[in-house]
Amino acid sequence: MSSRGIADKVAVISMGCTKFGERWDSSTDDLLLEAVGECISAVSGLSLDDVDAYWLGTLGSGQSGLTLSRALGTEDKPVTRVENYCATGSESFRNACYAVASGAYDVVMAVGVEKLKDSGFSGLLRADPPSDGTAPELSLTAPAAFSLLDPAYCAKHGVDPAQMREAMTHVAFKNHSNGSRNPKAQFRSPVSREAIDGAPKVAGRLGVFDCSGVSDGAACALIVPAERATEYTDRPMYVKALSLVAGSARGSMDPGFDFTTFPEVVRSARDAYQQAGIDDPNRQLSLAEVHDCFTPTELILMEDFGFSERGRAVKDALAGEFDADGRLPINVDGGLKSFGHPVGASGLRMLYEAWLQFQGSAGERQIRDARTALTHNLGGRPGGCVSFVSIVGTELGVLRR
Amino acid sequence: MTAKLIGYGSYLPRYRLAGSDIGLRRGDRVVASFDEDSTTMAVAAARSAIESHDLPDHVYFATSSPAYGDKTNATAVHAALGLHPQAFAGDVGGTGRSTIAALRLAASSGGLALSADVRVGRPGSADEKLGGDGAAALLFSEGPAIADVVASVSSTSEFLDRWRAPDSVTGQQWEERFGAERYGDLITAAAAATLDQAGMPEVDHVVLACPNSAIVKRAASLIKGAVSTNTSPIGFSGTADAALGLCDALDRVEPDQTILVVSAVDGCDTVLLRATDPVSNARQRQSLRLQRDGGLPVSYLTYLAWRGLVEREPPRRPEPDRPAGPPAARAADWKFALTGSRCRECGFVHLPPARVCRECGVADSMSPVPVSRRGGTIVTYTVDRLAYSPSPPVVQAVIDVDGGGRCTLEIADAEPDRLAVGARVGFTFRRLFTAGGVHDYFWKARLADSAETEES
Repeated sequence: MSSRGIADKVAVISMGCTKFGERWDSSTDDLLLEAVGECISAVSGLSLDDVDAYWLGTLGSGQSGLTLSRALGTEDKPVTRVENYCATGSESFRNACYAVASGAYDVVMAVGVEKLKDSGFSGLLRADPPSDGTAPELSLTAPAAFSLLDPAYCAKHGVDPAQMREAMTHVAFKNHSNGSRNPKAQFRSPVSREAIDGAPKVAGRLGVFDCSGVSDGAACALIVPAERATEYTDRPMYVKALSLVAGSARGSMDPGFDFTTFPEVVRSARDAYQQAGIDDPNRQLSLAEVHDCFTPTELILMEDFGFSERGRAVKDALAGEFDADGRLPINVDGGLKSFGHPVGASGLRMLYEAWLQFQGSAGERQIRDARTALTHNLGGRPGGCVSFVSIVGTELGVLRR
Repeated sequence: MTAKLIGYGSYLPRYRLAGSDIGLRRGDRVVASFDEDSTTMAVAAARSAIESHDLPDHVYFATSSPAYGDKTNATAVHAALGLHPQAFAGDVGGTGRSTIAALRLAASSGGLALSADVRVGRPGSADEKLGGDGAAALLFSEGPAIADVVASVSSTSEFLDRWRAPDSVTGQQWEERFGAERYGDLITAAAAATLDQAGMPEVDHVVLACPNSAIVKRAASLIKGAVSTNTSPIGFSGTADAALGLCDALDRVEPDQTILVVSAVDGCDTVLLRATDPVSNARQRQSLRLQRDGGLPVSYLTYLAWRGLVEREPPRRPEPDRPAGPPAARAADWKFALTGSRCRECGFVHLPPARVCRECGVADSMSPVPVSRRGGTIVTYTVDRLAYSPSPPVVQAVIDVDGGGRCTLEIADAEPDRLAVGARVGFTFRRLFTAGGVHDYFWKARLADSAETEES
């Protein structure tokens, strides 16, 4: 695939993010107002009237642009609702960026929201069209689909299942440790390795702590042309790369697919690196927020992004290389593990961490001299998914760490 | 009767209810799994019977536990077997008598006589204790015959021995001795008339089917075969009872020996057959007695939940939507016959079928690939404790099919401890769930030693 990208054409000048969690007392509207309010009020002299257009990402907490325009009370502004599985929030950001880059609008807001806790069910719900009743995803839940990675990875790379289990536990331990330092996370208590190992099993070897939580949340970003960014803020966040890949779901039918990689992620990472001019992600990135929906997913993503060599992710993770103080901090905000996964909001929540890190506002989590970040979402399941990758940075021009 | 009996097959579910749970002094009871019904079991028996034969032009399906009313159940069997659209498939419903009706129809036109039943009794009842679930298929065609029909008689008698309201899953019985007396006379008379008609002094094997358990107990004293006298080896199995007994006899009969099938249900019907030389080479792959041996234990509580006699706490997940009519009809080849498509350009196999090749991108250049009789290998698998299921947990596996293709299916009769990457499976037609009164029929994989597979 080839894409020219829009490196350095647009910039984020403000962001907002609600506290994620079981927000029993907040409606979808309340969450939207909370995130948008934080974002707008952070820019002096700017009001909602100055926003020319909106993109709203939500999987199932509303339909159409009216979900946002009604909540905010905006009159006659263009609002586009988008949905792209777990990349829904990122998709709203991507399209909003393109709207600015095209010159169509000067100030665009990307918003994402999801209100999951009103359903009364565990995990994500699907709104499938009427079907013949044969698709495996109709019955197989997401944790089960991703649990397929574990035995396949062990078999392919000759990893002792006990060591794989240890690495999965480390991913959960690390992300919960990170989340304990984030006031907006759903779960703010560190979790012991023993608790992670001993948790009730959900699917395969995945226990409760191997799975991201279920929460409510919203987040948003305000985007303007790069050349106008400093009119609003001293520290804009420049968009270096945006890539989206939707796979043909070939892996679900192809005996050549071995459940130890996400080809869609590999392709979108390659595309994003090329757009941003990255040839050594381990040196050029300050942090990465990746889609840790389940612990084995994060391990495999380390290889798909080139952060680890093939077959090395387990060792690298256990060596602490992706810890908050490691060579490349992964999910330093706590990730989906600590935030839960309100689908429409998650991608923007990841960008919000990059924003805070770039502002020097990440508190206890602050990474020294953070300049470049990668965010990533994966929607679907092994064998067929959408993958989104963004790269953002603090400076125009060539990336450096 | 113009067509010949050329093949047969029986199917018994894998699960066994411990005798100690239902008041049996020894042994156990054969019970259908939660994802089996009369239709799926009939498919399994039919697959066994037609294994090495041409596809039949007629299917007559007898059951007293139909999956649907107001909708022909034989059509799902027809679809699962991949029969020609012009082949006839119809239901004959009600009792063990319906099996005789199906058999006579098939013997007249050629085709398959199927019988299958899930026998449900109230907890603690004789039906629970003495019944069994299973299916049998008898295939008739021009020949060569494995057994010739040499005589057949019938008598009909209206009296109240057993009955069941159409909307009830459990039936009732009058004082047993009343029916036993009636049936005793009917059986003796019909057997004598049959021997008369055939001009034989005695027969080698007797198979007696009767819903009255006092008759079953007295079988050997009522009519005695020179070699054997048997009733169904799984207990009373409704419409399948007489046919299962016949399958059992066909598993063992020697050429030139005779089998007298006596079905005493609201009268008495007999069929007298004489085995031919080809029978020795036409036995089903696994005999009914072997099918009866072993099995997987199921707890009494789980069994009661399967039959809807107790309601267990479900996972905190939504129930599935009912399968929709138009999509199911459009996908009938896949859903009912497990037929995918192979790209004519590059050979890539698509399960389910696709119009655009995932490998080479060419559109609309596909040929159908039926895979239900092939084997497969587990690539990876999982036990899903969160998913909705009529009987959690859901066990699913990614399967590479012999000869090409990959799909993800549920595992039927799952023994999670025996699952392994590389394990061999076959395919079995099952009912995934029922929603909105619609049964979601589709195929599952089953570990190979317990599935009916062919090497591809």
